[in-house]
Amino acid sequence: MILAVASGKGGTGKTTVAVNLARVVGSPILLVDCDVEEPNAHLFLEGEFGEEEVVGIPIPEVDKSLCDGCGECGRFCEYRAIVSFGEAPLVFPELCHGCGGCALVCPKRAIREVERRIGVVRTMRAGPVTLIQGVLDVGSPMAPPLIRAVKTSLRNGEPAILDAPPGTSCPVVAAVRDADSVLLVAEPTPFGLHDLALAVEMMRETGVPLGVVINRCGIGDDRVHAFCAREGIPVLLEIPDDRRIAEAYSRGRLIVDALPEYRRLFEVLAEKTLRSVREGVGE
Amino acid sequence: MKEIVVLSGKGGTGKTSLTAAFAVLAVRSAIIDCDVDAADLHLVLAPRIIERRTFWSGRAAVVRTEKCRGCGTCLDRCRFDAVRTNDGRQDGKLFRIDPIFCEGCGVCVRFCPEEAIDFPERVSGEWMISETRCGPMVHARLAAAAENSGKLVSTVRREARRIAEERNLPLVLADGPPGIGCPVIASLTGASLVMIVAEPTVSGVHDLKRILALARHFEVPAAVCVNKWDLNPEKTRQIEREAEQEGARSIGRIRYDSSFTRAQLAERSVVEIDAPCAAEVRRVWERACS
Amino acid sequence: MKIAFSSSGDDVHSPLDPRFGRAPKFLVYDLETDRYEVVDNRRSLDAAQGAGIQSAETVARSGAGSVVTGHCGPNAFRALSGAGIKVYHTDAPTVAAALDLYRSGKLLEARSEDVRGHWA
Repeated sequence: MILAVASGKGGTGKTTVAVNLARVVGSPILLVDCDVEEPNAHLFLEGEFGEEEVVGIPIPEVDKSLCDGCGECGRFCEYRAIVSFGEAPLVFPELCHGCGGCALVCPKRAIREVERRIGVVRTMRAGPVTLIQGVLDVGSPMAPPLIRAVKTSLRNGEPAILDAPPGTSCPVVAAVRDADSVLLVAEPTPFGLHDLALAVEMMRETGVPLGVVINRCGIGDDRVHAFCAREGIPVLLEIPDDRRIAEAYSRGRLIVDALPEYRRLFEVLAEKTLRSVREGVGE
Repeated sequence: MKEIVVLSGKGGTGKTSLTAAFAVLAVRSAIIDCDVDAADLHLVLAPRIIERRTFWSGRAAVVRTEKCRGCGTCLDRCRFDAVRTNDGRQDGKLFRIDPIFCEGCGVCVRFCPEEAIDFPERVSGEWMISETRCGPMVHARLAAAAENSGKLVSTVRREARRIAEERNLPLVLADGPPGIGCPVIASLTGASLVMIVAEPTVSGVHDLKRILALARHFEVPAAVCVNKWDLNPEKTRQIEREAEQEGARSIGRIRYDSSFTRAQLAERSVVEIDAPCAAEVRRVWERACS
Repeated sequence: MKIAFSSSGDDVHSPLDPRFGRAPKFLVYDLETDRYEVVDNRRSLDAAQGAGIQSAETVARSGAGSVVTGHCGPNAFRALSGAGIKVYHTDAPTVAAALDLYRSGKLLEARSEDVRGHWA
């Protein structure tokens, strides 16, 4: 079973929920950090990074001795990543999405594909939790292929919690695709409600069952609760607004370790999400 | 004309609330919401929309089912896992392209032996020009699961600059997107200043380093303020040290203040309500401009 | 010899557009005949990415051997160099002013891009 934790807006407690949840499960569990632009889950775990795998995308390399400068590759490329001015084409690696089209259309077979690094995937073991983390290279705009690489660590049937990137754009979809259910974390504020509504709209397109965690309950109003009731989305956990939680977080400590009175909340969430994955949330 | 982009790396640091306050303090500026993925600035600035435009971006492959003979060439060629089988049909195994995953490369279109795949331009959202109590605002909404928010960010920036020039406004103020990826790069290249709203947490310090590296990579001067500083004074000092080591200016601290939420509920910025942090916010803004 | 100016309008009195990659038009001026034509660059303006490269293709097709513009990003510069086109940067306000500077030899050929690229 794969449970994705996501949010329409960053900083709502998505990583907090994912890591605390992984922590209380007790049995072996994969925690997969798909927030490759800002991976943070490791900051809350104690362990050493082990293996590191470099991830790249295939980009074209032109054999000038074979190229006759016909320019077909440049006419084909939708991304302007390869372009010819009547001689051997120039390649612009950072624009290439790695579709392989230029190599396929080249009549002289003058293009072969080589790897271009976009980031790394690292693994950390912290007790029963195995963290798989993708880290995008600074300045590289290609998050989805790295997220796909991170997700190859998901093996058949092994339980996994997936920390998705914030927002509703393509990297989020790449992350939550194939999840059995999605937990959306939201704050009960006007920003929180607005971004939750966008996230729900997007998640509905993917057809994955949804549940909501309301973080910092008590700071705003009850419109997020009302929204969930109206949309028929179960509220699976309410985390109270407690300055001590924010302080523990600031030091990189987990709520369930620093404030044991909250441990039960996450245990209940773990039970509910495991059960609801079997039964299908929101159906 | 100056262009200040407010960024935070990680979300939830108070970036949008502070941008709204700066927009009020700036008096004369054109405002941009570059957080096109989860735009929130309009919830405080209450824009009156004057003009709406469709955002077209790239193309998407669409299978004409009646011509598909189920050969599977598209499935074999697609590198983005966007090809699905159309199950539940009696007449063989047909294919369709999931628009959410299609990156618009055109490989399937080119290699389909039946020429059964169309390649139309796609609508990926909309952008708007509005008036607010703080001046003109350009904002956008990316369609759910659409891509290329970088181009949409470029579009709203271009429009905001044009409006600022037309009206002779001295400043363009942008609420930037989270992260360090393509929309962030699109929001900061060529700006006069990147203003980073950091929070004193282990995640905050971690993300600050990445966003500072990005600003340096694109040679944009950076300034850092610490929001919710009293949550962790030690991490605050660490952020200020990191900032200076990276050649960024440190421009002040703002306390942990529940007025941020109170202001949101009132659809106001923190400098428009009676907020304990307001004086600190003003000071940060003055130092950003100096 | 033809020179392409990044232009906001249709004649030599138009403002010189400071951005090569996202310029709406190129005014291609023939120094031998003192005539010019205007080439539309709207496709690059609307490009999802690689606008600078697409602009370079437009200029190369126009037959120009040099480009005079405000700023040119790294991808556009590489593409122009690849096509054998020289690049001159100037902050002249209009195409006519930039042309005067070019004719009087006051513009220096750029050796590299002068702005970071990426959708700006």
